[in-house]
Amino acid sequence: MSAHSHSSHGTMGKLMTGFGLSALLTVVPFAIVMGEFDLSREWAIGLIMGLGAVQIIVHLVYFLHLNSSNEGGWTLAATILAAVILLIVLAGSLWVMHNMNANMMPMSPGNMSEMSGGEAMPVQTHDASHGTDH
Amino acid sequence: MTMLDTPLTGVVEGPAGPDAHPDHHHESATPIGFWIYLMSDCIIFATLFATYAVLGYNYAGGPAPHDLFEPGFVAIETALLLFSSITFGVAMLKAEGGNLNATTLWLVITGIFGLGFIGMEIYEFRHLIHIGAGPERSGFLSAFFLLVGTHGLHVTGGLIWLVTLIVQLRLRGLIPANMQRLSTLSMFWHFLDLVWIGVFSFVYLVRLI
Repeated sequence: MSAHSHSSHGTMGKLMTGFGLSALLTVVPFAIVMGEFDLSREWAIGLIMGLGAVQIIVHLVYFLHLNSSNEGGWTLAATILAAVILLIVLAGSLWVMHNMNANMMPMSPGNMSEMSGGEAMPVQTHDASHGTDH
Repeated sequence: MTMLDTPLTGVVEGPAGPDAHPDHHHESATPIGFWIYLMSDCIIFATLFATYAVLGYNYAGGPAPHDLFEPGFVAIETALLLFSSITFGVAMLKAEGGNLNATTLWLVITGIFGLGFIGMEIYEFRHLIHIGAGPERSGFLSAFFLLVGTHGLHVTGGLIWLVTLIVQLRLRGLIPANMQRLSTLSMFWHFLDLVWIGVFSFVYLVRLI
């Protein structure tokens, strides 16, 4: 590794390998959505997200030439830090919002009018709506 | 310089192995500096993705992803951006081979793909706003426009940079300063393609299941 700056951009072979992998990892998730496959919702979502994560790693390695020796490992260190922050922000937001939703009182239309309009009123509107239905 | 270099090489030598020479000075701080910028940009996108994850189901009685997103349309956008990443990679290899005309040609092709991508995105945004699904319609659409729009602004910035660089290359050739600029823009461009993976998977496809 004597030619430091220029050798880091790889070869045509590496570029094409990356292209092939990336194309495959793009086509499969689109096929999951656009094709008619007998996949459960959970599996489909898991596959799309999982393949996306793999494709991000493929791009990092084949296009951005991330490795442990570039800049003495500092690019890798910065990338790992960013990935950790990304995970904390994403997972943390989803977790907090999930807990908040889970701890909310279940809302039915009756509950909602109760909250906005005292105690006696909602019962009447509820009855009234039932009355008009029948 | 030496004060900065000493601790760096100290940490480095382990993972880098025999290739890292203590007396081997760094050419430029630009690559690592720009990489750190990209990672901070990555954190901006992380917060926007989190916003979309949180607000993405608040339709306010308005349209949902199934009513608005067309997977075929997104597939073409994705292909354009992926192709532009590859053609930039080829331009980079041509530049390293010292071929200025081939470099220019591949950069122009990259720019055309990038322009196609941005054109499609502008078309999509205009269409959504036209049918009353603009960013003010619901939390879901605010988060969608913010995230995808930020990515689109980055690509637009990359295109302006690309045109500037082509002019610089034509005027001054493949001088070291231009090689540096080229490889920095290459990082930026590949990074935007990487962010798009998150967008097409998480913003579009998963919501169409």
